[in-house]
Amino acid sequence: MTTRTMGEPIPRREDPRLVAGDGRYLDDLGRGALAAAFVRSPHAAARVVDVDVSRALEVDGLVAIYTYEDLEGPMAEPLPLLIPHPRLHAGRTAYPLANGVVRHVGEPVAMVVARDRYLAEDACERIAVAYEPLAPVVGLDAAVAAERAVHDDVPDNVAAHMVQEHGDARAAVAAAPHRLELDLSIERSASMPLEGRGVYARWDAADRSLRVYSSTQTSTSVRFALAVKLGVPVDRVEVVAPDVGGGFGVKIVHPWPEEVLVPWAAIRLGREVKWAEDRREHFVASAHERGQRHHVSVGFDDDGRLLGLDVEFLHDNGAYTPYGIIVPIITATQLLGPYKPGAYRAEFRSLYTNTVIVTPYRGAGRPQAAFAMERTMDAIAAYLHRDRAEVRSANFIQPSEMPYDHHLTFQDGRPLVYDSGDYPATLDKIKKLVGWDEFEAFREEARAAGRRVGIGLACYVEGTGVGPYEGAHVRVETNGTVVVATGLTTQGQGHETAFAQVAAEALGVPVERVTVVTGDTRRFKYAVGTFASRAAVMSGNAVALAAGKVRAKALRIAAEALETDPDDLEVADGMVRVKGAPEREIALETVAVLANPLRYAFDEQTKLATQFVVGRGAEDPPVAEDDEPGLEATDWYSPVRSTFANGMHAVVVETDPETAEVRILRYCVVHDCGRLINPRIVEGQIHGGVAQGVGGALYERMVYDENGQLLNASFMDFLMPYASEVPKVETDHLETPSPLNPLGIKGAGEAGTIPGAAVLAAAISDAEGFFIDTMPISPSELWALREKEDG
Amino acid sequence: MNEVLHETHLVVNGVPRTVSVPARRLLSDCLRHDLGLTGTHVGCEHGVCGACTVLVDGRPMRSCLLFAVGVEGAEITTVEGCRAAGGGLGPVQQAFQDCHGLQCGFCTPGFVTTITAWLAEHPDPTEEQARQAIGGNLCRCTGYQNIVASVLRAAELIREQEAAR
Amino acid sequence: MKPPVFEYHRPGSVAEALDVLAQTGHDGKVLAGGQSLVPLLNMRLAAPAHLVDVNWLGELDQVPCDAGGVRVGALARHARVEHDPGAAEAVPLLGQAIGDIAHTTVRNRGTVVGSLVHADPAAELPAVLVLLGGTMELASAGNRPRRVAAADFFVGPLESALRPGELATAAHFPRPPAGSGSAWVELARRHGDYAVCGVGVLVALDQGLRVSSARAALISVGPVPVPVDLTDALAGQPHDAADWAAAGRLAAAAVDPEDDIHASAAYRRHLAGVLTARAARSAAAAAASRLEASA
Repeated sequence: MTTRTMGEPIPRREDPRLVAGDGRYLDDLGRGALAAAFVRSPHAAARVVDVDVSRALEVDGLVAIYTYEDLEGPMAEPLPLLIPHPRLHAGRTAYPLANGVVRHVGEPVAMVVARDRYLAEDACERIAVAYEPLAPVVGLDAAVAAERAVHDDVPDNVAAHMVQEHGDARAAVAAAPHRLELDLSIERSASMPLEGRGVYARWDAADRSLRVYSSTQTSTSVRFALAVKLGVPVDRVEVVAPDVGGGFGVKIVHPWPEEVLVPWAAIRLGREVKWAEDRREHFVASAHERGQRHHVSVGFDDDGRLLGLDVEFLHDNGAYTPYGIIVPIITATQLLGPYKPGAYRAEFRSLYTNTVIVTPYRGAGRPQAAFAMERTMDAIAAYLHRDRAEVRSANFIQPSEMPYDHHLTFQDGRPLVYDSGDYPATLDKIKKLVGWDEFEAFREEARAAGRRVGIGLACYVEGTGVGPYEGAHVRVETNGTVVVATGLTTQGQGHETAFAQVAAEALGVPVERVTVVTGDTRRFKYAVGTFASRAAVMSGNAVALAAGKVRAKALRIAAEALETDPDDLEVADGMVRVKGAPEREIALETVAVLANPLRYAFDEQTKLATQFVVGRGAEDPPVAEDDEPGLEATDWYSPVRSTFANGMHAVVVETDPETAEVRILRYCVVHDCGRLINPRIVEGQIHGGVAQGVGGALYERMVYDENGQLLNASFMDFLMPYASEVPKVETDHLETPSPLNPLGIKGAGEAGTIPGAAVLAAAISDAEGFFIDTMPISPSELWALREKEDG
Repeated sequence: MNEVLHETHLVVNGVPRTVSVPARRLLSDCLRHDLGLTGTHVGCEHGVCGACTVLVDGRPMRSCLLFAVGVEGAEITTVEGCRAAGGGLGPVQQAFQDCHGLQCGFCTPGFVTTITAWLAEHPDPTEEQARQAIGGNLCRCTGYQNIVASVLRAAELIREQEAAR
Repeated sequence: MKPPVFEYHRPGSVAEALDVLAQTGHDGKVLAGGQSLVPLLNMRLAAPAHLVDVNWLGELDQVPCDAGGVRVGALARHARVEHDPGAAEAVPLLGQAIGDIAHTTVRNRGTVVGSLVHADPAAELPAVLVLLGGTMELASAGNRPRRVAAADFFVGPLESALRPGELATAAHFPRPPAGSGSAWVELARRHGDYAVCGVGVLVALDQGLRVSSARAALISVGPVPVPVDLTDALAGQPHDAADWAAAGRLAAAAVDPEDDIHASAAYRRHLAGVLTARAARSAAAAAASRLEASA
């Protein structure tokens, strides 16, 4: 078995467990634990007048009912605002249970604990809550009009207002030879992982310690949050993310009301308590994203070069802002994509509405950004009667201009500086892949057959691998196993495989020997989390660095054992060898034994190790001052700023001239996320991302009525695509390494989703001959646009 | 308010099992919580996502839309029962690993059961047929492309096994 | 999303089932395939005190076909009827429409009669029954079974003429006249979803392969399936060159759809026209090939 593993498309090591039904997802744990369920507000805005639990008390198997009145200390305070920002001048968060007021349908009002979930729901049904309904604020228009306020102390409903500018964009637009104004909107969708959220808590009263399992994208942060909220010393709290059935952003939010209430109840009751979110709860009580409305003013020259770009947009943040204003900040900064406008200005207002909170969903503001920018490019091309690819090309940042400073501040608070990328080469590849230059011939052929087809192109640049840091611990066991632990979590990205590849390569061992643990605070206590396409960049590099340290230590000890110089040694296939004299070798597991002066002879390996003499002089301490026992090391990766991946999508669609159905004939992707750890996993991320992009463009939306009721809170009416709706994806790659990190990698998790709405709007517009400015689009809406066009 | 319990007999993955459950116990919950077979997952509990699909007397059905008492005496096959005779991965399971047909793996058990039943009747499918065969199961991670490939690969593995026999 | 408590009954015969239903009256609900009922229970949108499980009544699991048509027993699953060769020969429209009901997994459990009794205005089978002029057979304890014509059975959205205490034991789908052909066409947002609009069309041709009569039944465009006689638009015209669009216009004029989250009323009306024209063309082609095959 070769130790060359980086860049190899090896099969995933987590799969045998998961395909056989041996995965351990949240609700697979804690058999016999008490079940929690929640009474949730049926109103978008109301005062809670009374909670009458008397009828619920008759339910056999009921254990406890809690309302806000039962909460004390930090539990009675609003949940934390995770990412404060100076421009978020009126951030507001919810209480774990409603404190007299509810601000969206689904907000928890009471918690029930019972013998099982059936009984808990029986009790919920019997709790009578008296509400005094208030007129809700639904939609951006109502939020802006501010005739009513979501929060009494925020009368204009404006949570945040932010302007970023480089150059005088308004003057540049005004002075430009050509100008266009566009209004571009995207509706709400949601991450919608197949597994909802879930929390399972065990309190050990004798040990006074708490173990919590949560279906989360960040177990380390949940741990610190619980310690504070529950008043338990942090060293007495363990949080484990077990197998997690998808996240896509929604599970980065923490602590959720349920996430603090379940452990709190477990402590109070001295019993194991579990809550597994059901689908209906997930629709109304987790988080949504995407709802934004943009106004673009753009000035350009005869070649379509952007002289000034001025974008104002409104962001619907729902009822609370626990995750701050990350999404609109990303839109404002990532809108520029691969382009370099002469001057740029972005201004947004983030507004409260009586709807579910808005937090990042795969892409996190970038799909909206790409939609605004790419539709603008298409509009410029149409105005100038120029090829759409040509207009884009005229605006590209060139490889020679890297690193490129946009003079803006990115989501991480750092300067927006692109590290690398070759946009002209990417464009060449996508044009070739989709057959851009041959499309007109195909269009004519189709037209002759009575068919209507169109082609679209969309580009994006994605900041990935945001800091501040991730760490990893690598240990070589005395049986030769290499154990890697990192604190960030996994929701299907194949970290058990990818990080094993990184460690195996850095250490010189077969990948089969490496096991990887993620998201378990018992194994690694400091981490940020899995989001923002950061896991491979951050933990990947941390693993490489930690493994490098272990390798260096192994060489030092082996050199002593083999009586040679470390520089004369190499590690391959788990053996440390003298270069050029392979018969002089020592196994890494033997080195692991030698690394610990306390050599109890527990196993054969330890006995074998006695043939080697290592150790220090009689007057030296057995462990040197700058050393520690064991063949293991921890290291950290903390980049100065994000690394920027990029890509381009091109699609060919056919629209039915009668029914206005949209069929995707081709979906092509060229992407560049630097050096690849495992191409198969990256390809899978692209496929899945595209499916979500297509879903967001053609099928999915959250439909609220004027009362703030979510009308499609089920999989019957929230139209996540099946296999029949998702096209086959054709891909091509570039690998422009990032100069920012040792592995040269960039993130890939969100890329597939980002240009979905933009590229499909472009292709449909091209097929139809009119401009589409709002996504998603249904056949009914496309047909209505045709009717309008036809007068 | 004590509920009446019904003694219910099922043959699960070839093993006769007896459970005492309320009439309203969904088959999905019975398998997961009463019998401890947590491979069957629950994604929507209204019969749309297909994660809970099990075979009832050989035919794929949504276990979240069945009551355990309602399938008294039936033979149930879950993802745990789709393994090879020796306990290793069954052909469909192996194909999912070979083709990277899963990411988070939560929906996978419903695909495995559905495909296992379907391939028994369609041993040599085309790509288009394979795509139709998985048309009633939702996956949020993979975009389905590699699941389609997994169906074709599983058919190939089954044919190889049968040829070797 | 767990169902509420109910009392479970597992009658061993139709007679016993009718007795239980008679005793439980308004509080009783029949459980057949459960593919529509159980989601409602899981969401606690329905909470019947008694569920009468008819899955043990093998006598209802029959699909006899004869010169008169197909009689589908209450326990016949969609999948069985869909693949039944006798049913396909006698009433091709049945299999054509069933193929658009949800997905295989649902069709393996759901029953034809259950779908009819559920009377969803977006469901396929009520329209098929209406189009063919079929009947429902309804039994109750102490009474003679009654037969209700499809046109009278579907009363409103999710509302049928079935009375408390009654069990729908079968549905009868009459064999269309010789020389006729049928087609089912629908548009759904996703494959397997309830239709945004759907239409079944039955076209009869004369010996000269000209349309002698044609009618349609549409779904998702009214509270119950909407039957439309297309004969005026198509009669006397050749099977492969009739004024299909005129047939579509008749259908579009006959329906009264509403807006919902998936489509506007105007779009549904438009679709009623387009899909009716398409289905009529296909039905005429099917009729012609049947006639040619038998000639």
